Amino acid sequence: MANCCLENSESKALLDKLDEVIDKYKDTAGPLIPILHEAQGIYGYLPFEVQLHISERLGIPLADVYGVVTFYTGFNTKPKGKYVINVCLGTACYVKGSENILDRFKTTLGIDIGDCTEDQIFSLEACRCIGSCGLAPAVMINDDVYGNVSPDDVESILANYQL
Amino acid sequence: MRNVNITIDGMKLNVPGDYTILQAAKEANIYIPTLCFLKDINEIGCCRMCLVDTGAKALQAACVTPVVEGMNINTHTPKVVEARKVNLELILSNHVARCQTCYRSWTSCELQTLANKLGVDQERFSGEAKKYDIDVGISIVRDNNKCILCRRCVSVCHNRQTVGVIEAIGRGFDTHIGSPFEKSLWETPCVNCGQCINVCPVGALRECVDTDRVWAALNDPTKHVVVQTAPAVRAAIGESFGIEMGTPVTGKMVSALRMIGFDRVFDTNTGADLTIMEEATELIDRFRSGGKLPMITSCSPGWIKFCEHNFPEFLPNLSSCKSPHMMFGAIIKSYYAKKMDINPEDIVVVSVMPCTAKKFEIKRPEMHVKGLRDVDVVITTRELANMINDIGIDFVNLPDDNFDDPFGEASGAGVIFGATGGVMEAALRTAADILSGASTDAIEYEEVRGFEGVKMAEYKVGDVVLKAAVAHGLANARKLLAKVKAGEVDLQFIEIMACPHGCINGGGQPIQGSSVRNWGEVSALRAKALYREDKKSYYRKSHNNPAIKRLYKDFLGMAGGTMAHQLLHTHYKEREKYPENK
Repeated sequence: MANCCLENSESKALLDKLDEVIDKYKDTAGPLIPILHEAQGIYGYLPFEVQLHISERLGIPLADVYGVVTFYTGFNTKPKGKYVINVCLGTACYVKGSENILDRFKTTLGIDIGDCTEDQIFSLEACRCIGSCGLAPAVMINDDVYGNVSPDDVESILANYQL
Repeated sequence: MRNVNITIDGMKLNVPGDYTILQAAKEANIYIPTLCFLKDINEIGCCRMCLVDTGAKALQAACVTPVVEGMNINTHTPKVVEARKVNLELILSNHVARCQTCYRSWTSCELQTLANKLGVDQERFSGEAKKYDIDVGISIVRDNNKCILCRRCVSVCHNRQTVGVIEAIGRGFDTHIGSPFEKSLWETPCVNCGQCINVCPVGALRECVDTDRVWAALNDPTKHVVVQTAPAVRAAIGESFGIEMGTPVTGKMVSALRMIGFDRVFDTNTGADLTIMEEATELIDRFRSGGKLPMITSCSPGWIKFCEHNFPEFLPNLSSCKSPHMMFGAIIKSYYAKKMDINPEDIVVVSVMPCTAKKFEIKRPEMHVKGLRDVDVVITTRELANMINDIGIDFVNLPDDNFDDPFGEASGAGVIFGATGGVMEAALRTAADILSGASTDAIEYEEVRGFEGVKMAEYKVGDVVLKAAVAHGLANARKLLAKVKAGEVDLQFIEIMACPHGCINGGGQPIQGSSVRNWGEVSALRAKALYREDKKSYYRKSHNNPAIKRLYKDFLGMAGGTMAHQLLHTHYKEREKYPENK
């Protein structure tokens, strides 16, 4: 597998780890999803090369792997930023205008849902209910929770993470 | 399987216990609408068009629900009828219904037929609709705006062909059929077989259309435009004009091609005869000189690309013969050009094929002689039918005409190339005569005919025992090759065709929808047409075809000789599955 993300020694170590995971599951029933889970744990996301490697080792078409990866929102095909912003679009947050907050994050960072900023600092996600309905509308950045957020708060919130 | 007693719409029936409700209803002459269901290909019950009431809590999909003893089924209650209608209306609400300009409209669109049958005559639901870019490949075009997510293409690609380059991607309203990482089909190990086109119930898939290029050549007075037609075309093109399935229409087809304006109308069967001369010689050479065996046929470009992607270790086993139409193209631009005193650069060779993979094949960089492409344009059987319609030819009432000299009549061995086992049988007819040094009586090799997935046979010719196998459909090919690899079978000669049942069911043939395919045998009828043509041929062995004899005597020299190799043989290369990512 000669490609950018897997060719140096660090990549070799990751690939060995991935192969260990594949060996662990390949003879069990329904090995694909647990392998994808752990592969995402190793790489942070599931790039083309990783999916191709899994498909070849399991002897199943790449299209099957990609179909599963895109079906579950828990799997990512794009890298995540250092800080993952989760804007809650659950019922309580949504009726209190969280979509406007999401839009402000999009325009401020210049990225769409699921994308990552070029400097790999922030990535943006929309989620359904983080269990903080009393604080609606709520936003989570990694493990920090922000409540009663208004679109105008977005810049100052982001400022906490400009390192 | 024991029979069971059931009641359908008040009628008592006794049916085999392994029947589905759909099959049982058919026996009672009750029509249950289906959309995603395609017998043996896609039996997954996802479209919910065939819902029936079995007294269970929810309505059941008749196509996948087995009958059980004492079952009481109601197929047309108000609840059932309403549910089917709403499901269909919802499917229609996300389907770009540009029926006026859709090639499947009024000929083979199953969605349109269903809307008519179920009396869906207004759009009750409208809202957000998905918009997709059209994916234009080398052989196949996908327009997901028309896709209704029945998954027939996915099933045929994975299960029948084990190619597996498309899948349902995403979830919910975002679900669409595509290739990994939204790649175009041509960036994947797709083999261009076009089986996905043949099973699509709507106009979401079709071949890359090349008829404009043919018209342009025909309208260019400086070009000498030669057409050749593959054996399987004559066995199916009549269907496009309402002629009964299984009727060979060779004579009418030749007449139509002449009316379209081709300067010469040739029969690819001559190319097939040529292929047999070369292939049988190659087989005997390999046999006698200890060459790589088993030798595997190379007529099917879908199979060739499949081999290059998935079984590179078998590339040395592939016959080096070009496919019949490519051989014939090379002969037309050399021997025929010289004979007719035409500059070969002014000749345009058009091949009418039952095949979409041939569109890829002619673009392979090695398919030329001294810079001249062997074949310039490939059109499918369907595209030819469109050209015939374009200029208002009344196909059904055309008189019969004959193929042109100097190649004229071809042998019956060439015509059976179109059905699985045909190349094998044709090669055996010639190999038997060469090996025994006499004209043997053996003509019909029944063991290699028919639609069993993998057919094996053993023939004793002189003091040689030839063990042969035939596989059609790439899943069967994969199975057979695994056995060869594991040393479980000892073979000398293998025929592989990418398409299930062979070229008669090729990806470029007239589309027969589920209403025909679920209850009838399309391929069997088309194959019968070919065997009938063979039987009435004067020459039934390729090496007896006088045109072929003359060609070797006047021009090529020996079969397998230097000139033959230069014009008629090729080579293969290992292909990565997803090379763009290197």
